[in-house]
Amino acid sequence: MKINKKSVLQLGVCIIFFGGLGILINNLTINLIRTGLGFNFTWLFKPASFALAEHPLPYTSSDSYAWAIFIGWLNSLKVIVSSLILATFLGTLIGLARTGKNFLLGIISAGYITVVRQTPLLLQLMFWYFVGFLSLNDNMFIQIKNIFNISNEGIEFSGLTFSSEFLALFLGLSVFTSAYIAEVIRGGILSVSGGQWEAFRSLGLSEREGITRIIIPQALPAIIPGLTSQYLNLAKNSTLAIAVGYSDIYAINDTIINQTGRAIECFIILLISFLLLNLVITNTMEIMNKLTLKSKKYG
Amino acid sequence: MEPIVVAKNLTKSYTKGLRALDNVSLTVDQGKVLVVMGPSGSGKSTLIRTFNGLETFDKGELNILGIKVDSTHDERKVQRIRRKVGMVFQQFNLFPHLSILENITLAPIHVQKRRQTEAEEYGMYLLSQMGIDSHAKKYPNQLSGGEQQRVAIARALALRPELLLFDEPTSALDPERINEVLDAIRRLAEQGMTMVVVTHEIGFAKDVSDQVLFMDSGKVIETSPPNIFFSNARHERSRKFLNQLDNQ
Ligand SMILES: Nc1ncnc2c1ncn2[C@@H]1O[C@H](COP(=O)(O)OP(=O)(O)OP(=O)(O)O)[C@@H](O)[C@H]1O
Ligand SMILES: [Mg+2]
Repeated sequence: MKINKKSVLQLGVCIIFFGGLGILINNLTINLIRTGLGFNFTWLFKPASFALAEHPLPYTSSDSYAWAIFIGWLNSLKVIVSSLILATFLGTLIGLARTGKNFLLGIISAGYITVVRQTPLLLQLMFWYFVGFLSLNDNMFIQIKNIFNISNEGIEFSGLTFSSEFLALFLGLSVFTSAYIAEVIRGGILSVSGGQWEAFRSLGLSEREGITRIIIPQALPAIIPGLTSQYLNLAKNSTLAIAVGYSDIYAINDTIINQTGRAIECFIILLISFLLLNLVITNTMEIMNKLTLKSKKYG
Repeated sequence: MEPIVVAKNLTKSYTKGLRALDNVSLTVDQGKVLVVMGPSGSGKSTLIRTFNGLETFDKGELNILGIKVDSTHDERKVQRIRRKVGMVFQQFNLFPHLSILENITLAPIHVQKRRQTEAEEYGMYLLSQMGIDSHAKKYPNQLSGGEQQRVAIARALALRPELLLFDEPTSALDPERINEVLDAIRRLAEQGMTMVVVTHEIGFAKDVSDQVLFMDSGKVIETSPPNIFFSNARHERSRKFLNQLDNQ
């Protein structure tokens, strides 16, 4: 039998993969024996006995760990989805301003993109938290006819309250991601030939109408893959919640590990949570991609 | 009657010291066809693109269908001009994500706010005039170059323009596809459409034009009726250019 290059390579990869897995499993058993905990998930149903500042559903410290983790999941989802929406909106506006004809807007958006991309996200979160919200002290709050209420406790908006922690993370993630999305949008728009702009202009269409009806539809196939990876980054970056004290899934699991020592179980929970979340994002974007490709029968 | 196009001393430089347009003046009367000729880089495209505001200019005045514009490039006036002036490009520039009929009805529906059924009816009429109504449901990349350019002409006609601009409409076509497009333009000329056509097709220019404007280095070298221009051009430079075209 002739052994070709490909099967040798595959065998090599298999050996490395299973070897690595073996080492990890060995480490895991040794660690579990040492801590004397044993690998199980029954502790999930014991009372968590820690308080959570932020809970979209009812929660008290006598609720179970599982419920606390679920609340963390909801908190993560809340900040990820809302940041995703704001980041896309801001990013699109800035991306369009960057490509547009207006010189001043072009300069401002280029500056925004540069500053935001050149500073670490952690620093930006700290900025929003300490400079943006904590500096608003108790007696300095803004009130507009009881619908809009800003203080160092956060923002109250017609009955809904948002904590300073949530707002810092939400704004930080949105602004940070919007700069990257702006570049993705700009790249997509530049991929459409200049003749398309001339054609819609010569037909008397306004810039706004031309961009939405002619340019964006043709730019989407180039935009969606870049957008997907920015959304995945946003979801992963949301774990920096712990830096501003927002109780997302990562922060809650961190507390649980400190309390119970169940590091391995918690890591598995985190891993699966993010895998699921990112699968949802990837698949949604994949469906959108298919839709744009379908409407693009010319492809 | 007032002329359709009056340009006075149009001057434009993209880069300092290099004039793409140098004191260009011309007039196009209602129902007339002006053919613009000249070597590559002489400013032909720049000139006709100023007529519908795709290009600004630094000095001079332009009066298109009674709307006066100058170097300030008043967006509102430009927008009014574009509703009355159609343009056909060398590269067709059809919208690839829209069907042939949608390409044609886009501006009537969204610029002129016509009803969809009315826009489609007129669109189908224009396509049949161009002999391509059987392709209405197809997408641009399913058509040959000649067919695409005829769609582009129908699209330019959909706003019922009073002036049509053509920038080398057959330069991107296979030789055997050129005539179908030139014939369509000839028919428009016979119907009395006012047109400015940049072209290198001498035979076509002879039949269709009322005046030929010859440019070089952004300047108008001469403007003559076709029988004079093609047999006995006034300027040495024009004759040299025609000789070169003949030899190709
Ligand atoms: N967008 C631009 N930026 C800078 N220079 C330009 C631009 N467009 C045209 N030019 C220059 O202006 C001059 C006139 O160009 P124009 O395209 O009007 O010539 P043309 O007669 O249409 O040539 P062709 O027959 O090759 O189409 C040329 O020197 C060209 O290099
Ligand atoms: Mg040209």
